[in-house]
Formats: sequence, C-alpha cells, structure tokens
Amino acid sequence: MSLDTVKHAAETPDAGQPWKELGLKEDEYARIREILGRRPTGAELAMYSVMWSEHCSYKSSKVHLKQFGEKVPANDAMLVGIGENAGVVDVGQGYAVTFKVESHNHPSYIEPYQGAATGVGGIVRDILAMGARPVAVVDPLRFGAADHPDTRRVLPGVVAGIGGYGNCLGLPNIGGEVVFDACYQGNPLVNAGCIGVMKHEDIHLAQASGPGNKVILYGARTGGDGIGGVSVLASETFESTGPAKRPAVQVGDPFQEKLLIECTLEIFKEKLVAGIQDLGGAGLSCATSELASAGSGGMRVELDTVPLRDSSLSPEEILMSESQERMCAIVEPQHVDRFMEICEKWDVIATVIGEVTEGTQLEIFWHGEQIVDVPPRSVAHEGPTYQRPYARPSWQDALQADDAGELARPASGAELREQVLKLVSSPNQASKSWITDQYDRFVQGNTVLAMPEDAGMVRIDEESNLGVAMATDGNGRYAKLDPYTGAQLALAESYRNVAATGAKPLAISDCLNFGSPEDPDVMWQFAEATRGLADGCLELGTPVTGGNVSLYNQTGETAIHPTPVVAVLGVIDDVTRRTPVAFAEEGQLLYLLGDTREEFGGSAWSEVIHQHLGGMPPKVDLGREKLLGEILISASRDGMIDAAHDLSDGGLIQAVTESCLRGGKGARLVVPDGLDAFTFLFSESAGRAVVSIPRSEELRFNDMCGARGLPAVRIGVVDGEEIEIQGEFSIPLSELRTAHEGTLEGLFA
Amino acid sequence: MTTRIGVVTFPGTLDDQDSLRAVRIAGAEPVSLWHRDKDLHQVDAVILAGGFSYGDYLRAGAISRFSPVMATIIEQAKAGLPVLGICNGFQILTEAHLLPGAMLRNNNLHFICRDQKLRVENADTAWTSAYTAGQEISVPLKNVDGRYTADERTLDELEAEGRVAFRYADVNLNGSLRDIAGITNAAGNVVGLMPHPEHAVDPLVGTGRTDGLGIFTSIIKKLVTA
Repeated sequence: MSLDTVKHAAETPDAGQPWKELGLKEDEYARIREILGRRPTGAELAMYSVMWSEHCSYKSSKVHLKQFGEKVPANDAMLVGIGENAGVVDVGQGYAVTFKVESHNHPSYIEPYQGAATGVGGIVRDILAMGARPVAVVDPLRFGAADHPDTRRVLPGVVAGIGGYGNCLGLPNIGGEVVFDACYQGNPLVNAGCIGVMKHEDIHLAQASGPGNKVILYGARTGGDGIGGVSVLASETFESTGPAKRPAVQVGDPFQEKLLIECTLEIFKEKLVAGIQDLGGAGLSCATSELASAGSGGMRVELDTVPLRDSSLSPEEILMSESQERMCAIVEPQHVDRFMEICEKWDVIATVIGEVTEGTQLEIFWHGEQIVDVPPRSVAHEGPTYQRPYARPSWQDALQADDAGELARPASGAELREQVLKLVSSPNQASKSWITDQYDRFVQGNTVLAMPEDAGMVRIDEESNLGVAMATDGNGRYAKLDPYTGAQLALAESYRNVAATGAKPLAISDCLNFGSPEDPDVMWQFAEATRGLADGCLELGTPVTGGNVSLYNQTGETAIHPTPVVAVLGVIDDVTRRTPVAFAEEGQLLYLLGDTREEFGGSAWSEVIHQHLGGMPPKVDLGREKLLGEILISASRDGMIDAAHDLSDGGLIQAVTESCLRGGKGARLVVPDGLDAFTFLFSESAGRAVVSIPRSEELRFNDMCGARGLPAVRIGVVDGEEIEIQGEFSIPLSELRTAHEGTLEGLFA
Repeated sequence: MTTRIGVVTFPGTLDDQDSLRAVRIAGAEPVSLWHRDKDLHQVDAVILAGGFSYGDYLRAGAISRFSPVMATIIEQAKAGLPVLGICNGFQILTEAHLLPGAMLRNNNLHFICRDQKLRVENADTAWTSAYTAGQEISVPLKNVDGRYTADERTLDELEAEGRVAFRYADVNLNGSLRDIAGITNAAGNVVGLMPHPEHAVDPLVGTGRTDGLGIFTSIIKKLVTA
C-alpha cells in the first residue's frame, strides 16, 4: 500500500476511510474533515480516532466532570489541579504529593494478568511524569461472584499481575479493596492508584514549549501490542460473540519500568527536561498532541526514527501503539547529551524523534514525506462533547421502596451469633490477606501502615517523620440505591478511614466506573454521582485533584452497579502518632463514636443473610464526618487513643472482629441504652468509629467529645480470648479467626 | 575508622535503599556500589540486596552474576571478604557458586509477603554472631522464587558442617528443603538469607520489630574487633 501523505489526501478527497471501524461516529468524521479542510490521512485518522475515543476525550462525561472545577473548596493545599497527568497537593515542609487512581477494567477482563499489570505500570508513569518519585500503590478491585467459575480465572490472574508487576518495581502496595458482586461478572473493575512525592520546585508539567527544543522518546521499543486498545477496548461494550480482542491488550515489562523510573528520577534531579509526558492510552498520538497542545503548539516529528520491536509496523500503527514503559521528554538542545548519558547508564533506549517548532501545527513525517499536519489542540483538547440524555430509571422508586428494614431479623442470641459468623466469613467481609500477602508491602522501608489497616501510610521524611496516608472506598450497592448519596458515602468512608489513622484528609482522586453512557439510566447514575461527589468535596473541603472515568462497563443490556471509587489523601506531621486498628492492650476501654440508627439498605447483612438489595443507603452527614475526623486526629496526636477502626460495611461487629483479630485480644461488649443488639451489631450508619482508650485517658477523651458535641458511648473493654456481647452470645477468637481468614484461600488457593 | 559496608545496585535491585539504611542504623557507613563498577571502593563488607535484578529474566540472579562488580566480589569473597546476599542477593550468590544449591518457584506458586519466624542455627558466622544459636527471630519474608533446593549430599554436608545458618521456624511456605532459610560458606564469611533482615531494623516501619538488626551489628562488631 502506498503511503497516505497529506498531499495525497488533499488530492483524493473521496477515498473511502475506515472511520467506523476505528470507532468514530459519522458526525465526528465530518468534523475532522471540517477542521482539516480536507480528508484526514490514514495517520491523522488514527490519531483522531484514539484521541476522540471515550477513554481519552471524556466526551460523555466532561459536561458533568466540570463541576469538580467549579465547586472547588477553599483549600490552599492544591498546587496543580485537574487536567495534568495527576494533581499535586502541598503536604508541608516543602514537600508536594501527587496521586491518582485509574481504571484498567476492560483489558483485565480479557487478559487478567497483563491487564492488571499494565494498569499498575500506567498509573506509576503518570505519577512519574509529574516529577515525583512513586512511593506506594493501592489497588481497588471488584470481581464477579466469589464462587463463579470465571472469577477463578479473573481474580488469580489480576492479583498475580498486580503482584508480578508492582513487586518487581519496588513499590509497596499499601491498600485498596476487594469486593465481590455478581454485577461485575463480565466487567471486573481493576483500578490502580499511585502516590508520588517531590519537592515543590520539582513539579513537572506536560508541555512542549521553546522552539528548537528536542522531543525525545525513551524507554521500551514500540511494538504491535495494544494497537487500538483505547478505541476498541475502553469505549465499546463487550458482546458475547465477536472476534477475540486479546491482541489489543498491552504486555508489560516491569523490569523496563523500574529502569525507566530510576533513569527519569536522575534526569529530573539534574533538571534536564522542559516538559514530560508518559505514553499510555493512545501512545504517541496522545503524547505528541498533548505536549504540543499544552505548549506553544508547533512540533515536528520524524516518525521513522522511533525504535521498533517489529520493523513491519505502519506509521498508523506506530502512532496508535500502546506499548508500555515509554516516556516522551522535551529537552533543551544543550541538555540532550547529558540526557542521553543518563539513559545509557540505565540501559534505557532514547531517541530524538523531533523538535518543537515556531508554528502552530503538529507535523509528522515518515521518511521525509508528511503524513500528519494538524492543529494539536483539535486532537488533544477539542474533541467532541456530548450532552448524553439522562433520566431517573423507571425502576429506581421500586428499588428504594423495597426497604431492607422489613427483612426478618435474628430473634435470639444464638441466631445473632450464627449471623455474625456468616457475615465475617462471607467473601466481602472475610480477610483479604490471601490476596494482599501476594504484594510486597515492605519495600522502600517506609511503610507505617498497610492493609488491613483503615488506610495505608508511608513516611516521606525520615528526619521529621512526615507521612502521607491514603484510603480508597466505594460501595456500588449504596450507589445503586441512590447514586448521589452513594458517591458521598464513598467519599465519607474514605475520608473517615484516613482520619482514623490520625492523618488529616487533604484532597481526593476518583475513579468513576459506570455502564454505557448511551443508556439514559446509566447517564443519570453518572450525573447524580458526580453531583454528589462534587457537593461532598465542597462541604468536606477536599478538592478533586484528578481521576479517571471508565464507562461501558456492561455486558449487553446489563450495567454494573454505579461504582464511584474515591481515594482520599491525608497528611500526618509525625507518623509515630499513627493509630492502628488493632486492639492490643487488655483493659482498654472501647468507645463507639457517632449515632447508630436502623440503617440496613445496601448493608452487608442484607446481602449475606437475605441476598437483598433495596431501600435507601445510610444517611450522609458530612458535617458530622468532619467533626468525627477532627476528634480522631486530635485524639491520635494527643495520645488519647491507641486504636481506631472506622465503621462501614458489616457495621460494628465487623470492625470489632477485625480489630480483635489484628491485636490478638478479645472484647466484652454491652449493648448501649436505646439500641437493640441487632442494630448495634449490624447497622451501617455512617459517621462512626470505634476506638480503644487507655483508662487514664477516658476523662480527657470524654471531655473532648462532649465539648465538641460528638456522641461517644462506652460499649465495652478489651479483654480475654473471645468476643462477648453481654446477655446475647460469645464467640472464641479462634473460631472467628478460622471463619474470617479461611474464606478466600478456600475459594482461590 | 568507621566500618564501610557496600550495597550493590544492579538494574532491578529494589531493597538497596533499605539495606543502606539498615547499615546506617546499625552504626556503619553505607556505601552504594554500582554493578558496572569493578571497584569496591575500599568497603569492608558487601551486601547484595533484594529485588528482581535484570527482572529475574532467564533465572533469578543468573544475569547479575556476570556483572563487572561480581567478578571482584567473587574473587574477594574467596579471599575472606564478608558478603551477605539477601533474597535476590542469595540467589545471585548461588548462581555465582559462592554458596551451594539453587532457588525454585515457591511451593504455592505465589509471591509470599509475611512476617516470618526464623531460628538462628549458626551464630558463628560473620553475619550472625549477635544472635545465639537456637534463638528465634521474626523478619519479613517476600519472594516468589524462595524454595531452597540442593541434592541430598549437599544438604547432608551443610547440616554436618553446621552451615545451615537459618531455618524457617513456624511454617515453611516456600517449601525449602529441610526448612532452610539461610546458609553460610565453610569459612563463615559468605551468608545467604531469603527473608529480609533490613526490613526489621526500625520499630516504626515494616512489621514493627527490630529482630533483623543483629545481622548488621554482627558484621560491624566482627570488623571492628578484627
């Protein structure tokens, strides 16, 4: 086939083009022709198709996402906001932290190991591209039913992929979640988060300015993997029939990524780059157009200089390839030699593929012939925007009317005991150590807290003990019942988890996992959830620094539960003051903080005991969450509490079970006045935590809660070898441990 | 004069910073060594840190063993230079034939990360004298190719000569033969250990224990009194 040059395109306006196969709609293709004033070349078509895909352009979601930029709380911690590779917040002492959560859902269903592995690789490069040293990763995961045969295929592959890649990078895996629900059967959610640390002056942005500056591609060679991954995989619904899509999944090489990290950090240290961008979805198409678009506009690239793994690749394929472990840097000419030396030191291939030009066009050449001549903004930042229709689903009212409060409740102590054991051994409430023990949580030697703590925490300065904490949460069952409240509950829980460790929540990143935007029901869920999250962030004072939207998570007509996953980042001045979840000191007093109401809609109890999903999710009171957070942080700083555990899915008994097993100590509990044992144990009212207090601190702690107006009630004491609910039942720790810790191993080992 | 302990960084080494920190906490001067540099920069002892050097491609440790720095280390180890291989470092030492045996994929085929109980079997090596024989310690274990294996004769020889330095004390999830977690050469200057003592030197991080510190204080004491 002859080369489709710009000249050739201008001469052959009527040549047929595969815009449809590349995922473009007819009006989108027409718009490309209008922008260019001619038909696009094959290479230009490839670029527009990937960059205008849902995954890259956020064309369905951006009309809703703009709220995150409009409802911005007054928060002076933000240094870099939405729009860059990742947001950056100030954590004090001259340090800045960048963090983000992204999805790699579709690839992980097709090829669990590589899909999950490259998800980790991608988010780590995003963080690196901001100028930060990646210091930790987290992985919020959702799978289909735990006992479904396909979950046995997907879960072990995903876990091995995250471990195989992350462990080899030397980044501690400090948190995340694992949730099972039949709604994720054909659409597992593999989200990956990363935290990076830098000094304020080291922040790097993805922009190409300064004519004459060199464009350097470095890292792995470009191969045929992941071609069209973005448009084919991330933007269309899976059909049960159709061709195998495996070739579109990228293949990762963590060793190459580790070299890329160390090499890039050394390059940063010597201040050799003017702009930098990682290559992820849409590969070179994305990196060149985004760098040029964010800079002065002009860039000339000699595409035939790109080092290839497969010499038969066409220019279109090179532009679309999503080969992993590549970065693109803009380097002033006088720094090029030193840049190359550092790459050579780390055995990283680096090639000057072009330069920044005076003009405003992105021009790409193939052996001297021009194949791309586009305004970069039209590719990178001016993609289509859709006002997708949305409407409250017709079934929403019936779902909310199906009140979980009407479900049959346990009538005796014996029945309560039986249901507690069922709950704590159910796949969603059981210990996840079989999974998390396949991740390295110790490497780098700064991990202060890791799973199963409420939040992961790493030390970022060995002298001052400054640290950061992160938790990720999201409850699709709550969000299905009410997406607005569900999104706020995800935010509230993540916020509470961070505060429970003693860290002050600063900002959030989100990964919004939903079904098809072409379904008005799903679009309503999305609109409600984003509105809830934006309102919530405004009230809590935690801005959204960036994130990711994953749509089309559905099989045929069936969408997943709307699943907004929220990652809250917090800072702690002195990590030695951190609060763990373990009840470790016998004789300490247990206090329940917050209000407990009869709230069972979407609860773990309703799922495990009744396989029920209906009613309303727990009420949200963000003012209360904030107060609870302040109390937990103060109590940690002033040494008033030795353990704290947030209350969320599974309620009080789940939290107490986890804290007792973690500390190896039992607890004797008394049902407080005004509550029945069932509500006390299983209610999922938000804004609550349980804390363990040394007797000497009880008065001071009570005074603080009283003065601040936070309900705090003494519910028992850390004691013995069993959990006893006075007058109801008791369960030996050994029995709880067997129930809680054996489930996942039994299912997946 | 302060004791200088070198930590080698190969491409893909991950726990080098942790080992350097452990050396510093124990009271010696940590020195970074680079795989391409044959010069050991007058260090008194060398640590081969954990990680996935060269991505563990081909076989864990198989490529690193041929790097320039290893040529010097192999030569000097034979002349008595104290060398400790942790995890991937242990794998490199077996590939370099400074220690016998080899590592296979763990019994359960998974990466294992846990707080591991060990029994110190030989407290007379350059790296274990701060412990007493029979002492139990807990240090993090994290590896995927940690199943120590050797032929029966070699194993019998190791046992007979007291060269099993550490054994798994509670469970042996790797599936190592005779529960072996670490061994020494006949001279006692070269020790390989699968679990990570450098992650158990600071009560604030890792598992919250400092049981691994003895490894580093052992070598300092030996070098200072030598």
